[in-house]
Amino acid sequence: MKILVCISCVPDTTSKINFTNNDTEFDTNGVQFVINPNDEFGLTRAMWFKEKDGAAVDVINVGEQTNDSVLRKSLAIGADKALRINSKATDSFQVASYIANYAKENSYDLIIAGRESIDYNGSMVPGMISEMLDISFVTNCVGLEIENGTATAEREIEGGKETLKCKLPLIIGGQKGLVEESDLKIPNMRGIMQARQKPLTVIEPSEIKIKTTTNKFYRPEEKKEITMINSDDLDRLIDLLHNEAKVI
Amino acid sequence: MSVLVYIESKNNKPKKNSAEVISYGKELANKLSCELTVLTINIDESTELNKYGPDKILKISDNSLNIFDAKKFADIIFQAANKFSISHVILNGGVDSKYLAPMLAVKFQAGYVSNVIDLPSKLEPFTVRRTSFSNKSFCDASIVSDKKIISISNNSFGSLENPSTPEIIDFKPNVIESGLKQESLDSAKDQITIADADVVVSAGRGLKGPENWGIIEELADTLGAATACSKPVSDLGWRPHSEHVGQTGKPVSTNLYIAIGISGAIQHLAGVSSSKVKVVINTDPEAPFFKAADYGIVGDAFEVVPKLNEKLKAFKAENN
Ligand SMILES: Cc1cc2nc3c(=O)[nH]c(=O)nc-3n(C[C@H](O)[C@H](O)[C@H](O)COP(=O)(O)OP(=O)(O)OC[C@H]3O[C@@H](n4cnc5c(N)ncnc54)[C@H](O)[C@@H]3O)c2cc1C
Repeated sequence: MKILVCISCVPDTTSKINFTNNDTEFDTNGVQFVINPNDEFGLTRAMWFKEKDGAAVDVINVGEQTNDSVLRKSLAIGADKALRINSKATDSFQVASYIANYAKENSYDLIIAGRESIDYNGSMVPGMISEMLDISFVTNCVGLEIENGTATAEREIEGGKETLKCKLPLIIGGQKGLVEESDLKIPNMRGIMQARQKPLTVIEPSEIKIKTTTNKFYRPEEKKEITMINSDDLDRLIDLLHNEAKVI
Repeated sequence: MSVLVYIESKNNKPKKNSAEVISYGKELANKLSCELTVLTINIDESTELNKYGPDKILKISDNSLNIFDAKKFADIIFQAANKFSISHVILNGGVDSKYLAPMLAVKFQAGYVSNVIDLPSKLEPFTVRRTSFSNKSFCDASIVSDKKIISISNNSFGSLENPSTPEIIDFKPNVIESGLKQESLDSAKDQITIADADVVVSAGRGLKGPENWGIIEELADTLGAATACSKPVSDLGWRPHSEHVGQTGKPVSTNLYIAIGISGAIQHLAGVSSSKVKVVINTDPEAPFFKAADYGIVGDAFEVVPKLNEKLKAFKAENN
């Protein structure tokens, strides 16, 4: 089985969110970039397929050279090969096209992406790839098993779960549940050493036109002062929620 | 030019957030001086939608569509869009709509922006505001393709009444094959979901253990609320993963969010900050959540929550 894991590089969840250049760009100053958490669950799931059936696992990212350290980390976790499509990722349609074009030429049985990236939160790339490649797609995927070319995938829905079956190839949008937090693989010394010898290939794409642009960022409005209520005076809370906030 | 709104259904009825997306679609159609068409799949009675101003309602009734399938549904919306010369497709922020939207974008060769919170500030280029960095910021995004798709963040726009008498059209799409087959569906029928709820009662590690969730469920019951939890609570297996909210869990944008025994870590706040009113109950006056909330109580959940529940019950009995 050949697996491609799509890795988005995102600011660490504790990062301060600031902007530069007249608020048109995210300020990367002092920000540490990490594997998008939703993708990290998928990468570990891919490692289990590798351990069990000897699957070949490639990781791919669309981005600039600064993302190489995150790709190296994916190699240290156990991926065999990393690919970076050298383009500033600004438009999901373009990102999905680049990945789909690469995947088409290299026929993967399974593509694992994340439900969404935690920076732009688009929930777009995996669904677009599925349509571009005309393969099955399961998003919000919280469980995946593969047996003789047939996948059984669990999708989280509002108020429950559904179980879906399909033939490979398949692309998923993964999230926690695919593996548990405590299962996440952390690179060890041997992995880090081996990663240095593994291929990280940079591909120059033939440009695809963008369909969206991001122009300007805004910070949320300052929160108004909190109203503190004495724990002996819960009637006041109810009164405020009813008469002031009008939410009950 | 024409606007199409697709609404989700549940048990053959429009989902609650339909009012919001149709209202948005109507305002947008007014801005563009064009018609608003609403597409429904297996909805028996659509009169309640007339309140929000559709010019046309396309009704599909087809038993083979009783189980949601993103690929089939995306293709149907695409067929409707072609047949009725649609330029703008509006979807809600529900999991099914967000599942099919990117597929539709490729079919339609359209730029797609998700998590939109307002009407376009400009039509040339078409520019809308969306949330980004998990609600830690907003940004203006433009769609530069001819065709446009947006999904509206739940509870961000609200609903506006604008009654109309729409033309009802029976639409018979061609239903394509999908490679996916539903094996089983496991869903609580009457349970209020986090996405649908007006009130969410959420609890964290301060509750000490799963055996203590009774007071949380009772409070939620009184308020007709959904229950949620912080990430460690679901990681520890105290509550199901489906209740995990925050940056890496579900987003919450409800009217009232009550956080009990949750410290208010940045990743938690990111996911819940678009809720309108936040109440915090925590023993530690220094808990960071107090900086992000509207109302706060410093106190022990095990004392405050049962008392609050009793008082709310009395209040509800009086006011209903
Ligand atoms: C990559 C990453 C992603 C993450 N994503 C998320 C996410 O999506 N969602 C999320 O929630 N977290 C997330 N986290 C975890 C986050 O950083 C915090 O660890 C977590 O939110 C803390 O959960 P908590 O508030 O329940 O627990 P704690 O931080 O342990 O807080 C418990 C609180 O309960 C209070 N308390 C104790 N006893 C009582 C009592 N009797 N009555 C009232 N209050 C009491 C304490 O004062 C304390 O404030 C993420 C972390 C990382 C690194």
